[in-house]
Amino acid sequence: CSNDLNLTPTNATTADAAYANAQGYKQVLAKVYGSYAVTGNEGPDAASGDVKGIDQGTSDFMRMFWSVQELSTEEAAIVWNDPGVQDFHVMNWSSGNVMLLGLYSRSLYQITVCNEFLRESTDEKLASRKITGTDADEIRYYRAEARFLRAFQYWVLMDLFGSPSFVTENDPIGKFTPPQIKRAELFGYIESELKAIEPLLKAPKQNEYGRVDQAGAWALLARMYLNSEVYLGAGKGKFNDAVTYAQKVIASSYSLNPAYKNLFLGDNDKNNPETILAIAYDGVNSQNWGGTTYLINAAVSGAMNPPEFGIPSGGWSGIRSTKNLPLLFPDYSGNTDKRAIFFGSNIEMNDLLVYTDGLAVGKFSNITSTNQTPPSPNGQYASTDFPLFRLAEIYLTYAEAVKRGATNGSEATALQYLNQLRSRAFGNASGNISSYTLDYILDERGRELYWEGFRRSDLVRFNKFTSDAYVWPWKGGVKDGKGVEAYRVLYPIPSSVLVSNPAMEQNTGY
Amino acid sequence: QNKSSISGKLIDESGQPLPGAYIGIMGSSTGTNSDANGNYKLTGIANGSVTLQVKFIGYKDLQRTINLIGDFVANFVMQPESTALTEVVVIGYGSQQKKDHTGSISTVNAKDFQKGSITTPEQLISGKMAGVNVVSNGGSPGSGSVIRIRGGASLSASNDPLIVIDGVPLSNDVIAGAANPLNLINPNDIATFTVLKDAAATAIYGSRASNGVVLITTKKGEEGKPKINFSSQLSVYEVGKKLDVLTAEEFRTYVNTNGNDAQKAMLGSTSTNWQNEVYQTAIGADNNLSIAGSWKQMPYRLSGGYLSQKGVLVTDKLNRSTVALNLSPSFLDKHLKVDLNLKGAFSNTRFANQSAIGAAAAFDPTQSVNVTNQYGNYFEWTTTANGVTTLNPNASRNPVGLLQMKADESKVQRSYGNIQLDYQMPFVAGLRANLNLGYDVSKGEGTVFVPAEAAQSYAVGGVNNEYKQKVNNKVGEFYLNYAKDFKSIKSTINATAGYGYYDFLTTKYLYASHKANGDVVSGSEPSFPFDKPQARLISYYGRFIYSYDSKYTLAGSLRNDGSSKYAPENRWGLFPSLAFTWRINQENFLKSSKSISDLKLRLSYGSTGQQDGIPYYSYLPVYSYSVAAASYQFGNTFYQMSSPAAYDSSIKWEQTDTYNAGIDYGFADNRITGAVDVYYKKTKDLLNNIPIAPGSNFTNEIITNVGNVENKGVEFSINAAAIRNKTTNWDLGFNITYNDNKITNLTAIDNPDYAGAPTGAITGGTGNKIQINSVNYPTNSFYVYKQIYQDGKPVEGLYEDLSGDGVINEKDLYRYKSSNPKVIMGFNTQFTHKKWSVSAVLRANIGNYMYNNLAAGLGVKNNILNPVGYLGNSTTEIYRSNFINNQYQSDYYLQNASFLRMDNLGLTYNVGHVLGADKTANLRINANCQNVFVVTKYNGQDPEIYTGIDNNFYPRPKTFVLGVNLDF
Repeated sequence: CSNDLNLTPTNATTADAAYANAQGYKQVLAKVYGSYAVTGNEGPDAASGDVKGIDQGTSDFMRMFWSVQELSTEEAAIVWNDPGVQDFHVMNWSSGNVMLLGLYSRSLYQITVCNEFLRESTDEKLASRKITGTDADEIRYYRAEARFLRAFQYWVLMDLFGSPSFVTENDPIGKFTPPQIKRAELFGYIESELKAIEPLLKAPKQNEYGRVDQAGAWALLARMYLNSEVYLGAGKGKFNDAVTYAQKVIASSYSLNPAYKNLFLGDNDKNNPETILAIAYDGVNSQNWGGTTYLINAAVSGAMNPPEFGIPSGGWSGIRSTKNLPLLFPDYSGNTDKRAIFFGSNIEMNDLLVYTDGLAVGKFSNITSTNQTPPSPNGQYASTDFPLFRLAEIYLTYAEAVKRGATNGSEATALQYLNQLRSRAFGNASGNISSYTLDYILDERGRELYWEGFRRSDLVRFNKFTSDAYVWPWKGGVKDGKGVEAYRVLYPIPSSVLVSNPAMEQNTGY
Repeated sequence: QNKSSISGKLIDESGQPLPGAYIGIMGSSTGTNSDANGNYKLTGIANGSVTLQVKFIGYKDLQRTINLIGDFVANFVMQPESTALTEVVVIGYGSQQKKDHTGSISTVNAKDFQKGSITTPEQLISGKMAGVNVVSNGGSPGSGSVIRIRGGASLSASNDPLIVIDGVPLSNDVIAGAANPLNLINPNDIATFTVLKDAAATAIYGSRASNGVVLITTKKGEEGKPKINFSSQLSVYEVGKKLDVLTAEEFRTYVNTNGNDAQKAMLGSTSTNWQNEVYQTAIGADNNLSIAGSWKQMPYRLSGGYLSQKGVLVTDKLNRSTVALNLSPSFLDKHLKVDLNLKGAFSNTRFANQSAIGAAAAFDPTQSVNVTNQYGNYFEWTTTANGVTTLNPNASRNPVGLLQMKADESKVQRSYGNIQLDYQMPFVAGLRANLNLGYDVSKGEGTVFVPAEAAQSYAVGGVNNEYKQKVNNKVGEFYLNYAKDFKSIKSTINATAGYGYYDFLTTKYLYASHKANGDVVSGSEPSFPFDKPQARLISYYGRFIYSYDSKYTLAGSLRNDGSSKYAPENRWGLFPSLAFTWRINQENFLKSSKSISDLKLRLSYGSTGQQDGIPYYSYLPVYSYSVAAASYQFGNTFYQMSSPAAYDSSIKWEQTDTYNAGIDYGFADNRITGAVDVYYKKTKDLLNNIPIAPGSNFTNEIITNVGNVENKGVEFSINAAAIRNKTTNWDLGFNITYNDNKITNLTAIDNPDYAGAPTGAITGGTGNKIQINSVNYPTNSFYVYKQIYQDGKPVEGLYEDLSGDGVINEKDLYRYKSSNPKVIMGFNTQFTHKKWSVSAVLRANIGNYMYNNLAAGLGVKNNILNPVGYLGNSTTEIYRSNFINNQYQSDYYLQNASFLRMDNLGLTYNVGHVLGADKTANLRINANCQNVFVVTKYNGQDPEIYTGIDNNFYPRPKTFVLGVNLDF
């Protein structure tokens, strides 16, 4: 009778069955990517998702990444009382912050899923499952892409937390304590991984939409090298490498999207030559309370005519900008520099918790370039994809790396790139520049890349994140803003990670 | 000539005639009841040896065998049952005389149940037993209760007791479409409730017994001629207390004083009391008919019930029909006893949209219910831009629209039952074999319909969804019992060994979501037609009871359970118990005592397990497919994700060790009886949801065996028959329980920096929680900021910097009180004088705290004067705090919710014999008021909400019941 106790679930299967054929591999690859796009297997309203200890809708990668990168800066402030979200703008987060736990866990979750895929897609496993020929070749691309996504998430952890937990496909599932890896060591690991997969990835623009190609690896390398002094220490900058990899991207077949605003609309997966890799959302097939659904709905209020943003039933009145963001534009009406897309009349933020204090940001929208509303069962889920890498960033990286001392590029070329962005923004050459400073780059990054998840990293690189050299409304919890402790350039390792993993050491200051 | 009559008189111990007692011939249906003077006469009895049997409730049965050769006179003097001592109580796999049992057991019989409108059985014993806390989930018809026996032993797994009906353990699985699975059991069919509390009593149920065991026996057939009982109840339900929100006038004044011009312009011109709009005075009826007797030596009972109840929330409705059959024939010269129980229930429910409760508190009282618009003509908050009107997504929806425009209806059928064969082995005296086969099947299905124009589902084009689920649980048990009295060595032994097989299978049918017009909601198509989760349990168990000289009893039990939920190496768990009993009053120095009639010391230790609430397959590494709405795009194709699930191959039972010491006492010929118990329960290998190192599994929190919880407590109960004579009886009962609950460990690696596991989700923001489970604190402790006050007023956003680091953040949260009561008390009394009887039940909790979520959510300025285009109502709390923005985590919203509640006040009039020529029918009329009053300092909706979070709570109605009961 004891055999009666061996029961298996009806609709689930073993690993061998899941990977029985090429289609099975592709569906696991969908999870490898999908774990940064949706919050769980059961849809956005299920009781729980992949990441626990946090509300499922909030546990979305981009929603959390965006929050820690943007709400902590002058670009955004939120009015809600969700657990821990107020901590970011007033800069008093602690290791108990729920969103930091969620983000740390989400990143390592995607890494763990990548590791599992790598374990199951070795040549031996493919052979044992009798997968050969073009099927096996395609799966080898999947493998390289899984390694890229793992490297990307390690970059996220390295940038935000410094020295995170470290696991690879060689580690087991279950009773295992991942060791901590030092930031500089992790930098080396990510760098070596990205270089190792460079030849294994598909050539630029040769992959399917949604999947990464060589340009993605180059773009991440360029981004890492630009921030290398932050990760490796002062004087250890690798700006020549930044230029090298920026040039590889620039030389590839990616090009600027002629219309800036189309980069952030509901059909930005179509006719978009600029975005190198995006998180693909879909209002019907990839439903999520985070992602661009969050970004668009939270940025819009019911009084702002939500149908105009492609969210006929949405508008959650949550996030808006401090005055520093619109004031980066000499004219923030949008009439000259069309990148300025603001709504509302009150630029001042007297009450941090009142949505109408501060200008609303309409950069992201679910409406399409042809003014259509993409299908969505509830009038709220968005189909806008969120760019992780796009060419404009690479131009700015090139220019900044040159200014920071790279010897293998030129300011003249940099000016060309910067003016390509300016011309697109103004619609003509009237905004073009003839010289630039480092501080100009920071401001221009604000104008070009605002709300795309860059700001905290940029301010850290320019030593303006925590210091009182640069303040914004409610920085440090006071209306006019003030400096905070320097150790806040890194987020703390979440306390429950310290509890569950004794190998982890807390960052200084926390 | 060969037939004679028997006549005589029945008197009680004081010589008074006993009317209404039954007297009959054993083994036949011949029988009658004594008349008003205690006289009886049986005629036409065949001469020969006959055995007369006399029965009267509250008196010991009498039998006398006579050799009838002509008309005969037989008078009887009946003796009252000297309370409970000779009573037989059910225990796991058998029964025992109350005087002998070794465990901590409480029993309530039908005559002592809570009276009135009771739709779900656990409510029958509320307040009646020490250590047993029954808290209803609210006032919705048929809604269930939280049952806690001696505090909860678990954190993440279940704290619900095991419920066993007529020997068949039920699963705690939900039944789709039923407000509560227990409400498919008709309380009128229940004869006794027995609660097993300590491990000496529960360990025989092994791995399912950590939270106590509730044994329910249903009413059986009786020997004798058919007895018919008809009872009918009419109930009226009313909302006693409504929330203290601003009236239209107060609201208008507030907006005109504090609002800007745009906000003032939003004020409506009427005054609507939204709570009056959503609540109604509701009516319910409950009719039951039963017939019990003996047909050709086969005792039977057949009953039927029909309940129809409306809720106080408009549109809420429950109709339930039940039928129950019991047959208990004996064969083979009474060596084989058969007990067959079959129960069936059908319910039709319409569930009201309970979000109307919160909306009624939050909706602007100056607006009318109805206006002409596209939302079914219910007023809604909208915004208009560029000529397009849209619903304001942030505002509450019209409460009446929420109710009237949602039809959430279900049909549930359930049948459960068992056949038990008990065979007295012919060649070995005292050896029995018992086979028990049981089943529990149900089917629940329902539909939810919301029209497309309804504001609540306007965005999705309405709702037209269906659901269906089937449950098919089976139980098979077999045991051998050997009981023998060795008079020569003054010893008795009672040994049991058995085997059990339990199979739990649920079929969940999966459907796409539909819009009101029937179109499939894109992305909602299920990947599979159904899911069939299944679990099995296999058990071996044994028990040995040895008594010496009726004074000393030593008992031990052992159960070995195997569960399909665990990996083969962790699958089996062993659960022992040991108990010792000393009947002190049997010692010579007390035997002759007049004042002490019973004194028994009980000592026990036992270990039990717990596995409810654990996922069925969590030890297995599996891959599963995502739903269609969780696909990922490659190219122009969306791929459903295939993903590895988190698993814990080492998951196993949770184990609770219980130590219990108790004294049962009886004084003054057992006019005063009761028990005192002290207990200590320690749960280890707690099935606890704990953080695991990210990167080590396919999630960051997992249910695994880590952590310890302790419950310590004292229980005391006393029952007294203060007056007992022919015309007047007065009984009083009181019980009090003190329970102290503490978490002693939560993590695999000790870490003092670990705050604990947040719990207690509140409304407001997304994902906010107000409680925490932390080491060295009670479970569900509140976790809040310490509010700073100035001149007695809370200062908004100002909290004590408890960490002393100069900033206010999560590190300044502190643990303050818990929702668990420290002390629970129950008091019940019944006073009978001649034909009148008055009864009352009161309950009290001390030390339970409540978070007033409603006040925290609504009682702020920016809730009334919302900056994004609508007005919302507030509780009068707003005048006290003057907060502008929500301060959800302030301890300002925590209040002591100790209370005293009168559950029930009843009056019964025994009309006596009515109807028919011989007036054989006995009529009783009763009136009850339930939820009579609550005394508390807590100022929210109700101080008794199990979670400790007061929000959107369905008010418990005040109920008035008028009933008749007819026996013939």
